Amino acid sequence: MGNNDQPVVRMSSITKRFLDVTANKDVSFDLYPGEICALLGENGAGKTTLMNILFGYYTCDAGEIFIKDEKVDLAAPKDAISRGVGMIHQHFALVPSQTVLENIIVGTASRRGIFLDLKSARQALLELQERFGLQIDPDARVWTLSVGEQQKVEILKALYRDVDILIMDEPTAVLAPAETADLFNTLQSLVKEGRSVVFISHKLNEVMDISDRIVVLRGGQVVAERKTSETSARELANLMVGRELLESIEKKELAPGEPVLNIKNLNVLNDKKLAALMDLNLIVRQNEILGMAGISGNGQTELSEVLFGMRSPTGGAIQINDRLLNFGSPTASIKSHMGRIPEDRIDTGLLMDLSVEENLILENHSSAEFQFCGLMKSQRIHQFSEDLIKAYKIKTAGRDAATKSLSGGNLQKVMLARELAGEPSLIIASQPTRGLDVGAMEYIHQRIVKERERGAGILLISDDLDEIFALSDRIVVLYEGKILGEAPGATASREQIGLWMSGVKA
Amino acid sequence: MIRFRIIKRKPLPGWAKIVIPIAAILATLILSAIPILLAGGHLWKSYFYLFHGALGTRYNLLETFVKASPLLLTGLAVAFAFRAKFWNIGAEGQLLAGALTATVLGVNLGGIPSILVLPIVIIAGFLAGGLWASIPALLKTKLKVDDVVSTLLLNYVMIHIMGALLFGPLQQPGSSWPRSSAIVKAACYPILMPRSRFHMGIIISFVAMLIIWFINKKTTFGYQAKAVGFNIRAAHFGGINTTSVILWTALISGGLAGLAGVGELCALQYRLIMDISPGYGYSGIVIAMLGNLHPVGVLFSSLFFSVIIVGAQTMSRMTGVPTYIAEVIQGMALMVMLIFLLFTEFKIKVLRK
Repeated sequence: MGNNDQPVVRMSSITKRFLDVTANKDVSFDLYPGEICALLGENGAGKTTLMNILFGYYTCDAGEIFIKDEKVDLAAPKDAISRGVGMIHQHFALVPSQTVLENIIVGTASRRGIFLDLKSARQALLELQERFGLQIDPDARVWTLSVGEQQKVEILKALYRDVDILIMDEPTAVLAPAETADLFNTLQSLVKEGRSVVFISHKLNEVMDISDRIVVLRGGQVVAERKTSETSARELANLMVGRELLESIEKKELAPGEPVLNIKNLNVLNDKKLAALMDLNLIVRQNEILGMAGISGNGQTELSEVLFGMRSPTGGAIQINDRLLNFGSPTASIKSHMGRIPEDRIDTGLLMDLSVEENLILENHSSAEFQFCGLMKSQRIHQFSEDLIKAYKIKTAGRDAATKSLSGGNLQKVMLARELAGEPSLIIASQPTRGLDVGAMEYIHQRIVKERERGAGILLISDDLDEIFALSDRIVVLYEGKILGEAPGATASREQIGLWMSGVKA
Repeated sequence: MIRFRIIKRKPLPGWAKIVIPIAAILATLILSAIPILLAGGHLWKSYFYLFHGALGTRYNLLETFVKASPLLLTGLAVAFAFRAKFWNIGAEGQLLAGALTATVLGVNLGGIPSILVLPIVIIAGFLAGGLWASIPALLKTKLKVDDVVSTLLLNYVMIHIMGALLFGPLQQPGSSWPRSSAIVKAACYPILMPRSRFHMGIIISFVAMLIIWFINKKTTFGYQAKAVGFNIRAAHFGGINTTSVILWTALISGGLAGLAGVGELCALQYRLIMDISPGYGYSGIVIAMLGNLHPVGVLFSSLFFSVIIVGAQTMSRMTGVPTYIAEVIQGMALMVMLIFLLFTEFKIKVLRK
């Protein structure tokens, strides 16, 4: 196994398209025995897609894969597993109500006659635990375990299947710091035995700590490959973020006015009951776009959900235009004169099966303007929606067309039209251009700038740095639930922001 | 190697809404030939008597409407609930709650002005069904109890409550059968056509159909229920009080089923018996699905069902094919319709490799 020149995995010229999006373009990737190789890149850079192809989860449109010098055609994960490739996704594939042991032997042929051979399976499991120091009670039910322990079960599951190429998709995203240290020890002991690990991440510090080699992806392509010992967090940040040409957006000089949003000591838990935001303080003023940069998963979703009334914080206060916001009620948020652009426009923002008109009137259908004694004033509603379709140039077969028939850009226009119709004084735009093409993106950017000139205060939450730099008057970086740094939009350096985003406080 | 893949298709034009149910019914009748032939029936003769028996004479035609009335109401009940994704499988129990309440009032309301008796019985029957349905709705919204299970199980609770009362306090004095005393004259639905059983309840069910159609189409509540049904998260995000929408939906849905029970009691049986409903509540589920949850669709599917049920009797008498064939045809109709509806959204693509 000592021969480091012979790759155990070779992926050459891999291309993968989803409808009209190219997730991987002519990507070549090698993995050597006994190394931890990090795949580094922003959200949507194509890291996970590439590894899902190696795991047989997706088939590639072009390119070749060799595993242990053998050309392979992976139609399903079982083909990859039988060749020693295992992958642990961000969302674990465990059965909560079953025990650790039962979860580990699922799908393996450890049986005698029609009975499960639990005894020898347990023996094998205990040996593995001994060897890699992964101590977990085999009889514990999975739902009683912490996330870190569940991850150990996943690793054991892979080892039990004799996996010597282990892919881990953002394994630290769900872990507490102590658990991360544990995980790193385990990974080290794996590669010491000659196994290989692919570590997908966008956290620079961790990548610098754990990996032997780093491959940087951007926009579906490999942009660089470095030995970890020969690079720095600073260089990686630049490579990851890139320096692309920016669209030109003209912004008038406007002095910020009164605060429209004032967040004081906000504390919020995420779905796993871990702290998502810790004592967050934030002010957004009239005529100001505050860009909140950060890798997704650092508390942005929870912050927007609290503002939208979809989640209750554990502590703190939010003041909007001098009035305290009632938590946990979407209606209260709507009434506070807030325009709300959720990051998940398809599941949260819009009703895809309803018509465009029905989506446009969602928030004010019960106002006196549109109903009387529970009867809808259809004339006025038609007028209202036709006006908005015209004003926002929404491309649709008509106000009665099903919303799901619209393109992504037009869906977002419906969203904007509805949320901005009431001229809100505060706008929360969460990932407003995610997944949109350049044309739609520009339209939305211009619209946001226009709202700023009208006098609104805008909180722009985005993991797209180009967008943050193009629009923001002021930039803050959210990292692990806290504001790690703040800089004026005009003079902030991409490098500095990139470092903050990766948790490097300098 | 040829492989098949199911892919989404572009939305079909508006005429498909009319063509598809008709095509589904034709396909059902073609498929139903198999069990009819297996039962040893003569095909054309069987179909002739099936339709002649339901539509051929004045009495039979009116009888088809009599049969359609409870089916229309339970179908509407289920369709209205399903539209808001309140999975009401409990129309049977809600129907019984309505019939039970109508019995208690109908037997005992002799003393008040007779003009008031029927309105009281009808409203109380509606409320009884509605309240019975609001129990699972409360459990769903407050405690996240699965509504499929709770609505279904409450059917059995209601059947046994009814049984306990019919063998106890409600039993007709001197009778050894589980049946109640007859309701007073003023509590009976008027018969609207001489020499038939065409009663006021049929009009009530048609009016209910129009009201539900109006609620769905014209009111803010109908809009909110639709939004909750299609995407409860987005509805909540948009400021709709989803809890209240689900509760009101349950109340109206159960109320409609309760009206079906009132109708069976006050127009046909005049006294409560254990088998007051031959499973109308369950048929309502099939009818609602067959009608694609649309009130007009429910109207036509309930009429189709009653044609099959009423006609099967004549068919059986004249050709010897058992009446059970009616249930086979009903089941077949639902399966065919569901498959046809699937193909309005998807198509099969043949891949050659």
